[in-house]
Amino acid sequence: MVGPVQIDRGTLPEQSKLARFELSVVPHMGAAYNLARWLTRNNHDAEDVVQEAYMRAYRFFDGFHGGDGRTWLLAIVRNTCYTWLQQNRKPSVELEDDIPELDSGRSNPEALLLRDMESELLRQALDNLPVEYREAIVLRELEGLSYKEISTIAGVPMGTVMSRLARARSRLEKGLTKRARQGGAA
Amino acid sequence: MSCDDAHMLLDAYADGELDLVRSVEIEKHMEGCQACARAVENLRALGSAMRSGGLYYEPPASLGPRLEKAMQRVGRSESRPKRFGWQLIALAASLLLAVYFVARLSPGTVRDASSNLVAQEALDSHLRSLMPGHLTDVQSTDQHTVKPWFNGKLDYSPPVTDFAQQGFPLTGGRLDSLTGRAVAVLVYQRRQHLINVYVWPAPGSADAGAGESVRQGYNMIRWTRGGMNWWVVSDLNSGELNGFANLLRAAPASVPAAP
Repeated sequence: MVGPVQIDRGTLPEQSKLARFELSVVPHMGAAYNLARWLTRNNHDAEDVVQEAYMRAYRFFDGFHGGDGRTWLLAIVRNTCYTWLQQNRKPSVELEDDIPELDSGRSNPEALLLRDMESELLRQALDNLPVEYREAIVLRELEGLSYKEISTIAGVPMGTVMSRLARARSRLEKGLTKRARQGGAA
Repeated sequence: MSCDDAHMLLDAYADGELDLVRSVEIEKHMEGCQACARAVENLRALGSAMRSGGLYYEPPASLGPRLEKAMQRVGRSESRPKRFGWQLIALAASLLLAVYFVARLSPGTVRDASSNLVAQEALDSHLRSLMPGHLTDVQSTDQHTVKPWFNGKLDYSPPVTDFAQQGFPLTGGRLDSLTGRAVAVLVYQRRQHLINVYVWPAPGSADAGAGESVRQGYNMIRWTRGGMNWWVVSDLNSGELNGFANLLRAAPASVPAAP
């Protein structure tokens, strides 16, 4: 009987594994925390999730053969966050990415005064987005990742990344425009 | 390009994620369409508001030392995890990671998500190749010129066969990248139609039959054979393209060079 191949961990040079890990994964702690903080919306939870993700990343590090350590780590952080969200919150409303949004028109551009937008309003508007949209826009705008990198991290096709970003922005614009109209006159 | 078509692509355009052909189309469209031009301006304003809004959360100073301690614990012994109801999470995580790695290692063999990505990239690459001067790096109808050209540029040697006699002359080859890896592209011609053939190793993958799809009016056929992934992209009609794919499949496969 042939069983699955077992890696004998006793023969792995743990010290150099730790050193390699510190070189390629540890530097991305800032990105890991930022993503975890945006997805969990809470400081303490974000720290727990990052620690969790780092431990997972370390365990799976033997399977990391170079490449972009940040994308690799963020995929693990993202999955850890989702597990955490599932266990601690009610699952967010299911997104139907394949069904086109009927109300796809963008908000009236003239009404939008984004340049003067207070960042606190923006922060709130972001926090109110569904988590899948939030993750896409945070990875794109704050982390500066490409569609391809986001698709790897989120485990969805690039087309889905594109539509999530479009919808996230459309919601942000609408939400902000509304807020600006309500509060802007004061 | 109609306003509806443009609308779908404005985000990708503002993000610099469109290929050149479509970027130019969008720009042309915006010259005559104030609404779309404004929408792009808004997208850019939103992006810069986000980036300059102090929205990036910095980790607390205590997090680094905390992680280091945790890492050392894990490093010393592969201790059993205790937080968050672990067994289930660990199982889910390993599944997700397994999917992640498989997707990274052999793009052509994972269905749906990953092959969608490959399909989109292959199509983008095909469209790019149609721009003047982008089609071939080595221009030759001789397979004995094209095949050696790839030596030293890739960690494998793609099978190259000329099918001029069957009406599909080889016109050259080039290097391109799909899902982050360098791949060999063989360029064939059928009358006025260009055919791009992408070949790259699929280590450990079983042979798989043809998958056919149509994207933006282009026909795509893919299969895995002899340890290689094959993608064929062209605007040639599906019947003739399938005939061509059969020729490729029947040609002698070469063995991928050892890594």
